[in-house]
Amino acid sequence: MSSTDISIHKDVHHAHDEHDHHHDQNFIEKYIFSQDHKVIAKQFLFGGIFWAFIGGFLSIIFRLQLGWPEATFTFLEPILGGWIENGKLDPEFYLALVTMHGTIMVFFVLTAGLSGTFANFLIPLQIGARDMASGFMNMLSFWIFFLASVIMFWSLFLETGPAGGGWTVYPPLSALPQAIKGSASGMTMWLISMALFIVSQLLAGVNYITTIINLRTKGMSMTKLPLTVWALFFTAILGLLSFPVLFSAALLLIFDRSFGTSFYLSDIYIAGEALTNTGGSPILFQHLFWFLGHPEVYIVILPAFGLVSEVIATNSRKPIFGYRAMIGSMIGIAVLSFVVWAHHMFVTGMNPFLGSVFMFLTLIIAVPSAVKVFNWIATLWRGNIRFSTGMLFAIGFVSLFISGGLTGIILGNSALDIQLHDTYFVVAHFHLVMGAAAFFGMFCGVYHWFPKMFGRMMDEKLGAVHFWATFIAVYLVFMPMHYIGIAGFPRRYYNWTGFETFNIFTDLNTFISLAAIIGFTAQFIFLFNFLYSIFKGRRATENPWHSNTLEWTTPVLPGHGNWPGEIPTVYRWPYDYSKPGAPEDFIPQHVPFSATQSSNLPNEKDLE
Amino acid sequence: MIMVDNRIENTDTASGVHPLKFSLWLIIISIIMMFAAFTSAYIVRREEGNWLEFELPTILLINTAIIILSSVSMQWAYNSAKKDNLKSVKIGLIATFLLGVAFLFGQWNGWAQLVQDNIYFGGSSSNPSGSFLYVLTGVHGFHLITGLVFVLLTLIGSLKYKVHSKNLLRIQLCTIYWHFLGGLWLYLYIFLRINH
Ligand code: HEM
Ligand SMILES: [Cu+2]
Repeated sequence: MSSTDISIHKDVHHAHDEHDHHHDQNFIEKYIFSQDHKVIAKQFLFGGIFWAFIGGFLSIIFRLQLGWPEATFTFLEPILGGWIENGKLDPEFYLALVTMHGTIMVFFVLTAGLSGTFANFLIPLQIGARDMASGFMNMLSFWIFFLASVIMFWSLFLETGPAGGGWTVYPPLSALPQAIKGSASGMTMWLISMALFIVSQLLAGVNYITTIINLRTKGMSMTKLPLTVWALFFTAILGLLSFPVLFSAALLLIFDRSFGTSFYLSDIYIAGEALTNTGGSPILFQHLFWFLGHPEVYIVILPAFGLVSEVIATNSRKPIFGYRAMIGSMIGIAVLSFVVWAHHMFVTGMNPFLGSVFMFLTLIIAVPSAVKVFNWIATLWRGNIRFSTGMLFAIGFVSLFISGGLTGIILGNSALDIQLHDTYFVVAHFHLVMGAAAFFGMFCGVYHWFPKMFGRMMDEKLGAVHFWATFIAVYLVFMPMHYIGIAGFPRRYYNWTGFETFNIFTDLNTFISLAAIIGFTAQFIFLFNFLYSIFKGRRATENPWHSNTLEWTTPVLPGHGNWPGEIPTVYRWPYDYSKPGAPEDFIPQHVPFSATQSSNLPNEKDLE
Repeated sequence: MIMVDNRIENTDTASGVHPLKFSLWLIIISIIMMFAAFTSAYIVRREEGNWLEFELPTILLINTAIIILSSVSMQWAYNSAKKDNLKSVKIGLIATFLLGVAFLFGQWNGWAQLVQDNIYFGGSSSNPSGSFLYVLTGVHGFHLITGLVFVLLTLIGSLKYKVHSKNLLRIQLCTIYWHFLGGLWLYLYIFLRINH
């Protein structure tokens, strides 16, 4: 019924008129309850950085325990209070630390911090829109995230501690307050916080997709979109399809915990007492959780794919190799990511035939992943490379993604996974491929787009120091973990000194912990550089990297509405770098073919 | 239909769909995913055995009829708005609202009937088969309440003469959402019938 579309123009224009009248906003509207996508992006960035330091600090505490299992940490008593007695960490607190580290890093930093920052900042700027489709929904998304953050943060200070059942919160452990302290009120707050978090992500995702589909500027067809926007588009779709499932899973868990249902619980005997719950299935939770959980890892890594593609092309001064193959492989990865979740469950007693189906599907993901890696390397190949800090992190990303991806292929084999599941090998795998790689993508983005965000440049020397320290530390931390993992060293163990087999790894664990401490310390270089440059950095020009995409056509500090005049029209794809015959080594997207006759290809002649 | 619109190109949207309408569809997709999770969990769980079989409350059938009727009245209100028949718009919206409330009331009675039959949501004598029924109806009911709020807002708009053939967006979105909620219930009802 196409007749239903008549009302469109009025409302759309109406909405836009309103935008233009926003000239005099007060402080609160401008910086706190702002509806401007750029401000919201920065809010997410600051939130993400805050959480990253908290999450990193927690990991340092448990690395101390793992690295020096016999030591007493009396110096931590002022910070940890009752969680440490006579210098000995409470074992249940150890579990809470691991849980909160994982939750914070996966959801609050690498999902909200990464997508929240770059989707908000880059989507409107790169597609040529004045703002998101709904500024209000966008603002709501941030403040709901903020509320979720407050609740999660608060749970750190509960007397029984925050949630302790691992970031995957498997029941029955997470469902029974009698089981560990971390399943008491800390777990309740975890669930409430995550429920809010999901709502925030859905609001944001709806906005991203709508904006990309509907608000592109004239000439910006889907095949002229920068790869960043494509990547953020797929990220939002994955989130929209998978987060509701986590919501369902969490809701059922809430009912099991607080309303006496038995969705996940059956025939449990705890502390000498038989529970009345019958008929539930803990495996059901795992299915629901990983149906989100696996797409979630791609929600984390896809934005990094996009940022890195853009930065590599710009700083190699070459068109991205295989633009369409990049999009195609992202589609492949996105689709496949929904049909591989059970590779996290090979040892749950599933039918071996089913296991081999999931194994097959899992291993196929290696193909599009390899296509992407190949394309990045081919883009770098014989490029005119500028080693800006953003570029260093982009190249670091590719390296980490390869190293971590290879171990994924090993884990994807169900027979091998029986040995490796729940060992440090898995920890090493996902920290390289997801943790470190996504962080590198995020750093790459921050260094590269900092001039557009704050109108100033970050310091390149400090940036290089930060990069090398981080890059080396990451490998020193995670490479040895593969080794102890293959030896069977289990994850989430507070103490292993009681096991003869694992005693020989004491030195290695101390080494890992030292490297982790150095790596964490190096992040303060970044923090200093970031904060200092906001106020005192060298002033940026409009387009400091000589980049082609639309955001660099805005003023140094774009105001509300992004372009003071008309939004530029787009004529070409975003990767016309070093085009033969062109006077300069870049041709921005808004330059028409009629202005570049010397460099037009034969098939572009008729577009002049 | 006759009024195919060619002026869509003038709009700001590249897809020709109003952004809010587009967003609504995305929200609907995410709700669908939620129920897909619940119903597939239901099937998986049922296959594992230890599943209490019981009769569905008979009133659910009546409720299904009521919600279908409410979709009809909603569509009628929408069609009337297109024809600028403002009085019918109001009547249609009020009817939809009342039918929606009647549906919720009926669902509530369904729960009462379940309790009478000793099918509980939680507690020592509950079984996931019963709990699932409560969850499916409850979460659907929650969304229906959001739908009622939407209908109410549209009704208020129509009382202020803001709903007419030149300003159809609100009632159009409301109609889409309401039909979706009806369709969702129909799906759940058929699903429960088959898997019982
Ligand atoms: C070639 C592609 C990949 C394959 C074949 C693969 C395979 C696997 C397998 C089989 C596991 C389960 C190991 C176990 O628990 O026993 C696993 C765990 C994991 N993978 Fe991958 N993976 C791949 C890429 C990725 C990527 C790109 C990411 C993230 C960006 C990622 C993140 C994770 C995470 C977070 C876990 C562990 C979750 C946990 O148990 O806490 N993987 N991977
Ligand atoms: Cu996975």
